[in-house]
Amino acid sequence: MSHFRIDIRQRAEEVLALYPRPRSAMLPLLHLAQEQDGYISDAGIAEVAALTLTTPADVRGTALFYDMFHLEPVGKYVVGICTNIACLLAGGDELLEHAVTSLGCPVGATSNDGLFTLEETECLADCDFAPCVQVNHRYVRTTTPDAFDALVGQLRAGKLDHEVPNHGTLIRVRRTGGLHAPRAEVASERAAAREQREARAAETK
Amino acid sequence: MATLTAPKIVSSRAEFADSHTLSRFLDTGGYVGLRKALTMFPEAVASEVDQASLLGRGGAGFPAGRKWSMLRKAPVSYLVVNGDESEPATFKDHFLVERDPHQLIEGVIIAAYALQVTTAYIFLRGEFALGLERVQQAVNDAYEHGALGRKIFGSDFSLDVIVHPGAGAYICGEETALIEALEGKRGFPRIKPPFFPAVTGLYGEPTVVNNVETMSNLPWIINNGGAAFAALGGGRSTGTRLFALAGRVNNPGVFEIEMVKNTFRDLIYDPALGGGVINDNKIKAIIPGGVSAPWFGPDMLDLPLGQDEVAEKGSMLGSGSIVVLDDATCVVRAAWRITKFFSRESCGQCTPCREGSGWIERAMYRIEHGGGRLEDIDLLLDLCDNIAPGLTWPPQQTTICVLGPSIPSSVHSAIQMFRDDFVAHVELGRCPHD
Ligand SMILES: Cc1cc2nc3c(=O)[nH]c(=O)nc-3n(C[C@H](O)[C@H](O)[C@H](O)COP(=O)(O)O)c2cc1C
Ligand code: SF4
Ligand code: FES
Repeated sequence: MSHFRIDIRQRAEEVLALYPRPRSAMLPLLHLAQEQDGYISDAGIAEVAALTLTTPADVRGTALFYDMFHLEPVGKYVVGICTNIACLLAGGDELLEHAVTSLGCPVGATSNDGLFTLEETECLADCDFAPCVQVNHRYVRTTTPDAFDALVGQLRAGKLDHEVPNHGTLIRVRRTGGLHAPRAEVASERAAAREQREARAAETK
Repeated sequence: MATLTAPKIVSSRAEFADSHTLSRFLDTGGYVGLRKALTMFPEAVASEVDQASLLGRGGAGFPAGRKWSMLRKAPVSYLVVNGDESEPATFKDHFLVERDPHQLIEGVIIAAYALQVTTAYIFLRGEFALGLERVQQAVNDAYEHGALGRKIFGSDFSLDVIVHPGAGAYICGEETALIEALEGKRGFPRIKPPFFPAVTGLYGEPTVVNNVETMSNLPWIINNGGAAFAALGGGRSTGTRLFALAGRVNNPGVFEIEMVKNTFRDLIYDPALGGGVINDNKIKAIIPGGVSAPWFGPDMLDLPLGQDEVAEKGSMLGSGSIVVLDDATCVVRAAWRITKFFSRESCGQCTPCREGSGWIERAMYRIEHGGGRLEDIDLLLDLCDNIAPGLTWPPQQTTICVLGPSIPSSVHSAIQMFRDDFVAHVELGRCPHD
């Protein structure tokens, strides 16, 4: 029995088909596991291990290296606030402190209602909108404490579910392109190109 | 006043709200460069790029043409595009992937054609959720349009492009760590030599790694010729560049301006660009090329924005990000935060980097939060010297990758330039700005 839902399973297979080696699909598959379960669960790890032909220990060890993967359950909305240099200069620390009160959870923890997890992040490459805020890795470009509270209100009311989809990346676009040709054909094309190039190089000499 | 006469090479479409769509792309010259490239010999395409003398935009500034031709000995197997962009205060690739994903893909196809590779990977940091969607959509559209896949635009050239999401690790921007991540592993930089993935890269095969902005320049170069590109800018710094300006300025943002023809002052003060410092405050320091770079004082404001010009003064233009610190900024806090970043992001393979970053971070924290001692200041310098012996720039390499030796830059700069601020923290027993 597959742990992945049928639609996630299908997307997992699309992802696997993109890479010459199954292990290369590790990060995208972990993103899929997190999209389904909200975090990287043991069952998700086992599934990814089976798909990438690795072991659960290998998958866990890899996932732990990456900040975006949560190995414990998190809130429905993961709110990340950057306090790195540009955001520091624009009041990132103050906004983070404010968020602790308005979300009702300390940094790194989840609110009692299970709705929010608050994280202090490193630079999110949106420094012209400092201090930068992401919810489930969507930029919300909300920089003042008042605007932050308004955002929290909208999230609580479930009004932003389209702009802020569930955890995971590449949710709203299917990965349809990629590796259409049989591998043998690609290899022979490459060999032909190589030959042509060598011939041209010989000519120019 | 800034010199703003140069054409917009990579940001021309940004003014349109739908700049990321295929229809806008095609209406504004999209794929013209690629169609032209496909009528040329691959070597001729590479030689245009060589003539343009396009310097890599990822940080190290290695000429793209040279990177490609150095590899002629062994045919390249893969092209990998670096869109990890996690260097603090760098946000130009973010702009490019969200605003003009098709331009990036056109550049990737041109580079792949020049290198005659049939598979290219675009690695984007996972936090670019929207960027990932847009680039993937653009890739899908490009397949539909015949610009990707088998026999591109009826030529003999075929290419597959795979969009690969990262998952939150600064170190994956280092090219060998990025390759490890592409292979589905932890992002541990590989031991050098070989120094270039071009020798041993993805799956052990020759691989070219180039930055998103480097790729995005290619359609224009093929359309207008390498010589036209080389005619812009000055010295080794040809063309234009996207500068990401952040910090204490009125109008932070991404600006495409000609290299060398403009100075730090132009970028920061021109009303069409940075628009001056907040509250007309005085500039205390500038961080010229990402937080790995040593800082400059206001005496460097008239330095031209060129790779060699900045290097000669002991820093680097790096990723093209510029942070302005004004006199309302606590430099101790700023340097502490930067060290905290490195300490969090060190992959942990090398002792000087793993342990050194933590030590420096804790000593900086102490000083900033009122628990510092005067001896800490010299202790910090000693720690810095242990990570990057001699504290020269570019630093001596003591570790597997250059993250380690970049750690001391900010702390060393801050102590050198503002020792009094450190002393004031210690003597007051708190941050004077609190
Ligand atoms: C710690 C570290 C982080 C890096 N991060 C990035 C990055 O986010 N994006 C990037 O293009 N290059 C980054 N680089 C540089 C890459 O290793 C590589 O030189 C670059 O991608 C080559 O592309 P270019 O020649 O087009 O500039 C980083 C290097 C180091 C040591
Ligand atoms: S220098 Fe730091 S980041 Fe680079 S390989 Fe060593 S420990 Fe990892
Ligand atoms: S420093 Fe906060 S987003 Fe860049």
